[in-house]
Amino acid sequence: MPNRTFFWFILPAMTAMILLIALPIVSVLIQSVHIQHEQVLVLSESCDPFGCTKVTSIDTEATAKLRAEKPLGRFIGLDTYTDRAHLAIDEVSKAWTSSDSMGAFFNRVLNLPLYKALAFTITYTVFVTPLVILFGLAVAVGVNNLPKIVKGPTVFISLLPMIITPLVGSIILFWMVDGDGIIGAMLQRIFEDNSLSLKASPKLTWIMLIVYGVWHHLPFSFIVFYAGLQTVSEDTMEAAMIDGASRWQRMINVVVPHLMPLVIFLLLIQLMDNFRVFEPIIGFSAEAHATSLSWIIYNALRESGSPLFSSAGATSMITIIGVVILLVPLLVHTYRGYSQKAN
Amino acid sequence: MTTKAKLRITPLFVISSMLVALWLFLASFPFLWTLWGSFKVQADFFSMADWRNALGGVHTKAQTGSAFTGAGYYGAWVQEEFWKPVTNSSIVIFFTVIISLTLGTLGGYALARSGRRYAFWILMAALVFRAMPHITLVSGYLLPFFEWNIWGLMPTTIIVLVAINQPFTLWMLHSFFLNIPKDMDESAMVDGCTRFQAFWHVIIPVMWPGVITTGLFSFLLAYNDFAVTSMLLSQENETMIPAIAGFLGTVQVEGNVMFAVAAVVSATVPLLFLVMFFQRQIVSGLTTGAVKG
Repeated sequence: MPNRTFFWFILPAMTAMILLIALPIVSVLIQSVHIQHEQVLVLSESCDPFGCTKVTSIDTEATAKLRAEKPLGRFIGLDTYTDRAHLAIDEVSKAWTSSDSMGAFFNRVLNLPLYKALAFTITYTVFVTPLVILFGLAVAVGVNNLPKIVKGPTVFISLLPMIITPLVGSIILFWMVDGDGIIGAMLQRIFEDNSLSLKASPKLTWIMLIVYGVWHHLPFSFIVFYAGLQTVSEDTMEAAMIDGASRWQRMINVVVPHLMPLVIFLLLIQLMDNFRVFEPIIGFSAEAHATSLSWIIYNALRESGSPLFSSAGATSMITIIGVVILLVPLLVHTYRGYSQKAN
Repeated sequence: MTTKAKLRITPLFVISSMLVALWLFLASFPFLWTLWGSFKVQADFFSMADWRNALGGVHTKAQTGSAFTGAGYYGAWVQEEFWKPVTNSSIVIFFTVIISLTLGTLGGYALARSGRRYAFWILMAALVFRAMPHITLVSGYLLPFFEWNIWGLMPTTIIVLVAINQPFTLWMLHSFFLNIPKDMDESAMVDGCTRFQAFWHVIIPVMWPGVITTGLFSFLLAYNDFAVTSMLLSQENETMIPAIAGFLGTVQVEGNVMFAVAAVVSATVPLLFLVMFFQRQIVSGLTTGAVKG
């Protein structure tokens, strides 16, 4: 296709992506190195019979005017990145020098908002990703062995947890694990503890969110593996059977190696998606015990009255850097596939 | 392989079938439970004393005289005016899907037919764009949108959702167009068509399966979105999912949780029908990227 034709075909899509994805990233970067103007202070001298005193007062009008004129604020460089709410360089180094053990150090660092969020984000990603792949494969193998007539309905039901709006799905589960909900009430009865609440303890909140994550993402890996199983060569399976391989051996030695590329694909996609975890925290109202990077940005933007653009920008940049790091293997993977095809 | 060997009952088969049964229970129970419970009163749906109350509806009978009540739905749709966000959602989703598909089809076709290196790099860039968490992009939109006075409007949100949707749409339609033989449009061009005429008369008639599959995913993205719509729309333009999130705060205080339950069920039912009718397309769409590579 000539370059000129290509250009006109791709133009609308490219314009949309550049204006609303690439430029906002630049805008986020700019926001993160600026901060809202400080309030304008006026120094006035008020004199009374006993003498004169200097009074500083806030000039609200001038402040509002300045802020309206330059909504971006003033340039402060990387200060937002290093302050307590973000990378907290000072606090971390102080914790490092004053803590006597690694445990104490981590305890102090993990109380800082960004590190707290990072800890949950990483824990969530690290647990959900392998569990989703493992259970997805197990369910796919199970469904593949079922008689044909029940496969359709099985796939239909299996798709539901994934197709559901993440926020709505987490709300539904939240109602069930609530103290008065069916799962919550049952757990209370089983452990004979009426004050047992999944919401109250940080550990249980994390487990609840991870279980939700697995429930929500499992269908995707199930479908991918299920499709992969349809392409397992019958000949190889038969040959393995003639050679006396048991069902289990065939699974481990024929099926799993055949599905390996899919495992890698899922691993890369899932790592990226789980790193963005956001809606479940809102749905489960879990922000007291579990926050994620995305949630911090959302919260900064929701700051009543004036959104904290600078803070949201800095956290966004940190998140983007994290995503890009996770993305590199996927890009390399895609690039290899492309070069192989090209040759 | 004969079917006999496949169907032989072995312990492994029993275990894996039980696993599937367990999964099906876990996947469907929350939906069934909430759907059933949405026709009860709060004392039954959130019954601390006995979960069986929700099945029979003891309190529902006592309060309303029958085992099922539509009070939650009445409260959500009429009293809390849930139909407004539903209307807004329909508008946003409709235009997002139409515009996404138009841009995506043109772009995806060009990417599939170009064969040059830069086409591949555009796809790689799209992959990077797709990975960006939506909320980080939103934090980039807010300030400029406030300044230009376009914050809170539906067209703004539609355009944003279209853009966010583009990377995925391009990838999917690109791999779909790769499967349509090049000869088709090339022979049309030999016969004297321009590239666009070839696209219009030859490709469009055969591209519908791919477009429908991609459209489903665009629909889901727009339907399920929370980050963008909750931050970019003003109160009167609010869509369904942010409205539900808003419900949670307000109805909890007023003791009308059942309104929220009814709203949640109302927002889920369309998705159930979507999966029911388009199961095959959804499955094929999910596997395009993975299996074909």
